[in-house]
Amino acid sequence: MIVLRQLINGLHVGSIYALIALGYTMVYGIVKLINFAHGDIIMVGSYVAMVLMAQAGLPFWAAMAASMALCGILGVTMERVAYKPLRSLPRINSLITAIGVSLLLQNTSQLIFSPNPQPFPTAFKVPPVSIGGLDIGFITLFTIVVSVGLMLALQAFVRATKMGKAMRAVSEDMGAAQLMGINVNTTVSVTFAIGSVLAAIGAVLYSSAYPSIAPTMGSLPGLKAFIAAVLGGIGVLPGAMLGGFIMGVAESLTKGFISSQLADAVVYGILIVVLLVKPSGILGRRTNEKV
Amino acid sequence: MLSVKGLEVYYGAIHALHGVSFDVAQGEIVSLIGANGAGKSTVLKTLSGLLRAKNGEAFFMKHSLRAMEPHSIVQAGLAQVPEGRRVFQQMTVQENLEMGAFTQRDRAAIEQGFEHVFARFPRLKERRRQLAGTLSGGEQQMLAMGRALMSVPKLLMLDEPSMGLSPILVNEIFSIIAEVSASGTTILLVEQNARMALSIAHRAYVLETGRIVMSGDAKELLGDDAIQKAYLGH
Ligand SMILES: Nc1ncnc2c1ncn2[C@@H]1O[C@H](COP(=O)(O)OP(=O)(O)OP(=O)(O)O)[C@@H](O)[C@H]1O
Ligand SMILES: [Mg+2]
Repeated sequence: MIVLRQLINGLHVGSIYALIALGYTMVYGIVKLINFAHGDIIMVGSYVAMVLMAQAGLPFWAAMAASMALCGILGVTMERVAYKPLRSLPRINSLITAIGVSLLLQNTSQLIFSPNPQPFPTAFKVPPVSIGGLDIGFITLFTIVVSVGLMLALQAFVRATKMGKAMRAVSEDMGAAQLMGINVNTTVSVTFAIGSVLAAIGAVLYSSAYPSIAPTMGSLPGLKAFIAAVLGGIGVLPGAMLGGFIMGVAESLTKGFISSQLADAVVYGILIVVLLVKPSGILGRRTNEKV
Repeated sequence: MLSVKGLEVYYGAIHALHGVSFDVAQGEIVSLIGANGAGKSTVLKTLSGLLRAKNGEAFFMKHSLRAMEPHSIVQAGLAQVPEGRRVFQQMTVQENLEMGAFTQRDRAAIEQGFEHVFARFPRLKERRRQLAGTLSGGEQQMLAMGRALMSVPKLLMLDEPSMGLSPILVNEIFSIIAEVSASGTTILLVEQNARMALSIAHRAYVLETGRIVMSGDAKELLGDDAIQKAYLGH
């Protein structure tokens, strides 16, 4: 029973990591950039939702929708302003810029909201759901269902729609995609928009689970999600999902049965072992780059 | 149809094209031949908008290509089959062809494109659910050509379509190029295989270290002493 409970907790955080990891992996797949500012989108998403719920009195759904829209716009703007001008330069330029964007978001948030943590409003005052004699918190169930649904939707989008296929084409060979008449700038913008919207959803879910938000709060889930993306194979969507779930479950089982202090060590340990055995990640494939 | 004037292209400090000028008239097969590193691919990449010219002009049916984005150039009717095929390996044959039709809005036109391409390359039809990366080199070349034809180009540029293929396949590819030309598509053919290229082209230009050094009727160039020495191995 305790194992099951920890497993469900693991799936809860794991699905949040997975949602965030999708943003890292999609962006990496398309422009080969590790967007270090992706974690800070979580922070922005959380503050937007917090302000709208706690101060403007908006319901959860409306706050989440607004947060998604704002983060989507932020992600696209970030790419247009900071990364696009550097796209043809060596990658180190955009990596360093990404760190700069991350600091900019954190510091702006400190200016507006102060560095002190603030409570995140409780969205669901609903009793736990009982499944097979096991009480599961509503937010846990909600998080898992929403995340899995979003992942399936994203997978279908990338498999079957024209834009999704264009994203795969650009990610495989940007030059060849341009020769097909695919507008790469649009495709990259859509990628950033989707990644940031998923991060906003992840943010609201994360802050509902850990209801204290601060300007630097994005770093930790951002890092965990990044590790999840690398673990699963960066650039591969199912890899990010798998990586997220593995991370969440490993963390939760370690916390439950070994010790809370060791949770991060176990997670990093798994990452190191996987990368030693398969450097491209669990579902990753070796890529050859072309101009 | 295509008119290129004084094209100068640099890779950083490397001066790759030193003022290249040539033109292609509607209905022609024009070949651009030259040795490794002469700048042939650079010409095609610049025309497709993947590289920017420092100086010079390129006009394609009243469009000034210099100001256009790569996707608008395809939309205007100028398509390219790139060197090394560059099919999307992780996508199916069908999906590759769909990407070729990316600029087409009309469903019926896309369906018709599929029919034409499958009629010209029956192999692709058999293998349409297969990942492009699992095709043989010749099949990949056919896919790359079919994919470019899906945009229904007015001018098709091919960069070394014979590269790495067996003589039988080279013959097949060249006869397909001749068919595509006969069905009304203008062709700009870049080749190192000068003999084959000159045998199907109407006119040709010879590129040497970023400069056009010779041009004329393809049959005459085929008989030219200098060309025979330099490019036909006599
Ligand atoms: N990305 C690049 N960076 C620097 N120099 C380049 C680059 N691409 C090509 N060059 C140089 O530009 C010149 C022309 O290259 P290009 O690829 O156009 O030749 P090519 O005629 O197509 O040769 P090949 O027959 O081998 O394909 C060469 O000297 C090449 O080394
Ligand atoms: Mg070349």
